[in-house]
Amino acid sequence: MPWSLLGRRLLWALPTLFGVLVVVFVLLRVAPGDPVAMMIGPGATADDIRALRAVYGLDRSLSAQFGVYLGQAVHGDFGRSITQKQDVSSLVAARLPLTLELSALALLIACVLGVGTAMAAVGWRGAPAERGVDAATGFVTAIPDFLWGLAGILFLGVLLPVLPVFGLLDSDIRFDSRSGFVLGESLVRGRFDVFGSALLHLAWPALSLALPLAAMIARVLKASLLEVLAEDYILIARVKGFGPWHVLWREALRNALGPALTLAGVQFTFLIGGTVLIEKLFGLPGLGNMAIDAVINRDLPLIQGIVLTFALLFIGVNIGVDAINLRLNPRLRG
Amino acid sequence: MRQRIDGRVAFGAAVLALVLLCAVFAGVVAPHDPLEQDLMAASLPPAWGAEGDRTHLFGTDSLGRDILSRLVWGARPAMIVAFAGATLAGCIGTLLGLWAGFFGGWVDASISRLVDIWMSFPAVLLAIVLVAVIGTGLTSVVLAIAIIDWTRFCRVVRAETQVQAGRDYVTSARTLGQTRTHVLWREVLPNVLPLLLTLFTLEMGIAVVVEAILSFVGLSVSSDSPTWGGLVQEGRLYVNQTPWLLGLPVAAIALTVLACNALGDGLRESLDPLQRPLP
Repeated sequence: MPWSLLGRRLLWALPTLFGVLVVVFVLLRVAPGDPVAMMIGPGATADDIRALRAVYGLDRSLSAQFGVYLGQAVHGDFGRSITQKQDVSSLVAARLPLTLELSALALLIACVLGVGTAMAAVGWRGAPAERGVDAATGFVTAIPDFLWGLAGILFLGVLLPVLPVFGLLDSDIRFDSRSGFVLGESLVRGRFDVFGSALLHLAWPALSLALPLAAMIARVLKASLLEVLAEDYILIARVKGFGPWHVLWREALRNALGPALTLAGVQFTFLIGGTVLIEKLFGLPGLGNMAIDAVINRDLPLIQGIVLTFALLFIGVNIGVDAINLRLNPRLRG
Repeated sequence: MRQRIDGRVAFGAAVLALVLLCAVFAGVVAPHDPLEQDLMAASLPPAWGAEGDRTHLFGTDSLGRDILSRLVWGARPAMIVAFAGATLAGCIGTLLGLWAGFFGGWVDASISRLVDIWMSFPAVLLAIVLVAVIGTGLTSVVLAIAIIDWTRFCRVVRAETQVQAGRDYVTSARTLGQTRTHVLWREVLPNVLPLLLTLFTLEMGIAVVVEAILSFVGLSVSSDSPTWGGLVQEGRLYVNQTPWLLGLPVAAIALTVLACNALGDGLRESLDPLQRPLP
């Protein structure tokens, strides 16, 4: 039964989602601060407020509100945003693609940088380069993505302005994206000016998210590479006359990748969480940026929709990581 | 016995001591009142710059407030949050971790499941939702850090307690007729303490960043009293005109976080020569 583990994971997803929803729903409603009073003008009467509360169903009991929400959610209706006066599902659908593209770009950068760094450190082991790499990975892991973002804005955006650090596209570029995936769609439609501009704007945000993860991958991969290199088959390959770099790439890497892959998978969810702040920092119109505004404006339906989306994303990533592990490591399939 | 002091421990302890001194004696250390505005001396660059003013070492902001003084006063909320947040998170996490690791069974299963679910939630989003719910202010930030990060302590302490519970000294203490609770508090806890110290220093660094993030979003202390995150937020707004306004608080936060990490890593290796990696 190789895939029963995945089945169990999928079954666990439902109660987890339900739990997250209950907690957020209750927390937001017991909290002080009335969203309706915040959106309505200061001249409103008590009757106005009461009428508006009824429109959003906020006058009913907590359990009744939850029942209504759940009943509608099952049919794909996640309510209307209080501040933006649009359906939550269409708001989320419009913002999610950018967050996904940013996260994917960051993961790609982290993997390439991490694997490259580990290979370099192992390839030159014993040389001063190894000590330098070790010190650098320690330093890079210690600094969180928030500070990397700020440092980039300061140095690359202002002091020696080489990168744009605010927004997604240059202001003179017009591009109506139908799917929301600006990077992917511009490439498919052959709008390379849009692609280049978006890539430049996303470069440092993605790198800020990627740097700590890249350093972690490098550290773990280096450790497992050193372990694998001590095995007999490596010695045999060397005796057969293959060069050290060939052995490293062709023989050792494949067998050492496991722990680093697991780490990358687990950390990927944290990386997605990091987009919330990075999008705010760089003025990117993604889901996280909207989440912060929604919380500050106490836009209850929108917060619920966004939190649910993030929870779904995380569960999806975790299941994906399990599936990849199962494919790569036959011993887990038992 | 003389021991060589680890370089990282020395660096971390020195920086933290400096920040702590600033936090405690802010009124003495700061050259100016952090709230005093002087529009005649607004947006001055640091003293080493071409147009710098000797009386304002790190320059001034757009209202003419002294940056150095604001940084020194900002150390106070940062250190309060670091110590209080890490202590509270540590207490909750350690208690649950000891309990789960030592007694096992359904207690362990439910606590571990809770930790898994907790950690699957994006920390930044959770912090922002929590502070929006419990209100802004220093106490809320401390509470939010404890509520979010107890899981870090819980996971590590649980694993370490399981290791310790299998050791011979636990069996012999039990054979001598001591109760399980007594063994847990008097025998196991002291052996988990070195690890806790490391986790505590690391958590302090995290707490400083969380406080900065919440101030940055505008959900921490009121905007009157200076915080590092508040300074970052102002700096971000005027980064093109006055870049040092962003650079200096970022440097202060980064230095403090690096110090906490260096101290934590150094302590781990000095206290535990076998260097079990953190799970």
